[in-house]
Amino acid sequence: MRMPLSAMIGLFFTALYFLAAIFADFIAPYGMAEIVGGVWDPISREHWLGTDNIGRDLLTRMIYGGQTTIFVATMATLLSFSLGSVLGFTAAVIGGWVDQALSRFVDLLMSIPSLIFALVVLSVMPVTVLVLVLVMGILDSTRVFRLSRAVAVDITVMDYVEAARLRGEGNVWIIFREILPNALSPLVAEMGLRFIFAILFISTLSFLGLGVQPPLADWGGIVRENREGIVYGIPAALVPAFAIATLAISVNLVADWVLTRTTSLKGGRGG
Amino acid sequence: MSPILKLVVQRLALGVLLLLAASVLIFVGTEILPGDVASAILGQGATEQALANLRIELGLNDPPVTRYFNWLFGVLQGDLGVSLSNRRDIAEAMSVRLSNTLFLAFWAAIIAVPLAILLGLVAVRYEGRWPDKVVSGATLATISIPEFLLGYIAMYFLAVQYRIFPSVANINASMSLGDKLNAIALPVLVLVLVVLGHMMRMTRAAILNVMQSAYVETAELKGLRSFTIIWRHAFPNAIAPVVNVVMINLAYLVVGVVVVEVVFVYPGMGQYLVDHVAKRDIPVVQACGLVFAAVYIGLNLVADIVSILANPRLRHPK
Repeated sequence: MRMPLSAMIGLFFTALYFLAAIFADFIAPYGMAEIVGGVWDPISREHWLGTDNIGRDLLTRMIYGGQTTIFVATMATLLSFSLGSVLGFTAAVIGGWVDQALSRFVDLLMSIPSLIFALVVLSVMPVTVLVLVLVMGILDSTRVFRLSRAVAVDITVMDYVEAARLRGEGNVWIIFREILPNALSPLVAEMGLRFIFAILFISTLSFLGLGVQPPLADWGGIVRENREGIVYGIPAALVPAFAIATLAISVNLVADWVLTRTTSLKGGRGG
Repeated sequence: MSPILKLVVQRLALGVLLLLAASVLIFVGTEILPGDVASAILGQGATEQALANLRIELGLNDPPVTRYFNWLFGVLQGDLGVSLSNRRDIAEAMSVRLSNTLFLAFWAAIIAVPLAILLGLVAVRYEGRWPDKVVSGATLATISIPEFLLGYIAMYFLAVQYRIFPSVANINASMSLGDKLNAIALPVLVLVLVVLGHMMRMTRAAILNVMQSAYVETAELKGLRSFTIIWRHAFPNAIAPVVNVVMINLAYLVVGVVVVEVVFVYPGMGQYLVDHVAKRDIPVVQACGLVFAAVYIGLNLVADIVSILANPRLRHPK
């Protein structure tokens, strides 16, 4: 099957942002917190995107900001996936009161909007990158839990799981050797969506001033730093916001493509 | 007791239980975390005396269970406590802000709900053709774009470049309704855009689902006119999913409000919560968290109850 144009565009921009994040130290024209010009200098040959609210190069801030944003979002997504899928599979395999307890607790966590709960927790926790990753990862693992439990419930009734049980395999074997390989494709497709959610979540927290703390750059924080400029007609705050949107849309396009591909391999929808 | 009534009562009881559990979670989230709450509030440089005073004031020397029940009974009597940062009564400060937020959310909902249902219907009518594709493209865009980007784009073009609306949405009690609406035009616009995508897509899915069901096909094969099919067969079955969609998105609106209020410096609940999280003013954060959770749970509850009431299958018990 040929790759559709939308997926190619999505993959190109996703790769671009990731590479820029990984090689930030080599491609950034100036230092992250280096003051190199006036306040909100316009676009020029020295400063491709102009300068920010205290005279730092905006392109440099954007590259380093992308690094932080993508790093935090990736870590939070990995955490939410490992936690959510292992607990979801466990609930489906063991069943009984373990399943009830885990499922009801997840229902409870989901009854409070994640942003609100994150704000409540961050009001007492020290706001560090580690704490942000933990809070976001744990809150988001509820959704992964629901999906992986639902997928695993269908798999546990399969004959090969029954065969493994009769062979005398333990629950750990069944979870990692029987269920995980068969549940992987819906989970991978979901991963893209969770990553977007994490990007938007960390950006929102930083925008509210409760995420990544200055002088460390991150996209939501750059919006916050430059927002006063909007009133004077200086669009510096729109640049990082635009980067967030294009990254999110690109990952979405790729995730869509992965989803149709994996389902068509099994003879499902899409072609 | 009729089965419908029984289901509704069950669902209400579950909602109350969930709210109670949510209050425990909010309390646990702010009080029993690793580290000392008092030193988290006052920071590194606090003296022993100041820490001791704050602990007494917050009642931190009592066991957590006692503190939780003191807090809960206070809340049930309308006493949300006193703000740490400015010593004002929280319930009093909050009532103005809550009504401001509800005012904003009300106007956003009034515009977004009919528009989304209408556009969802258009997408169903022209399924697979260009109006449908525009709807799904717009949905992808609004899901991926952060609220603050929409907010600042709207502010940059409509308030700064063309000066149609004010850039800061400041309202107070002495303004007339027209002035207030003019002030909140931009935040309402952004909120509508934020929820429109989800709502359109979900409405479309809900109605398509009904239109493809066996009973609609049967009605077509019976030779009924399309108006009768929609009115008698499709509509009653589509109410529940559509109301569900609306309620879920209104609940989403409640969260979107937080960011939009900060963008437009609107004196509502969201701004109040964010300000006090930064100040580590825990009583205010707990109270706001509880109010947001209550609204969110309440809207989901309404969605469930409406789908129970609107389900034609439950009206004729076996």
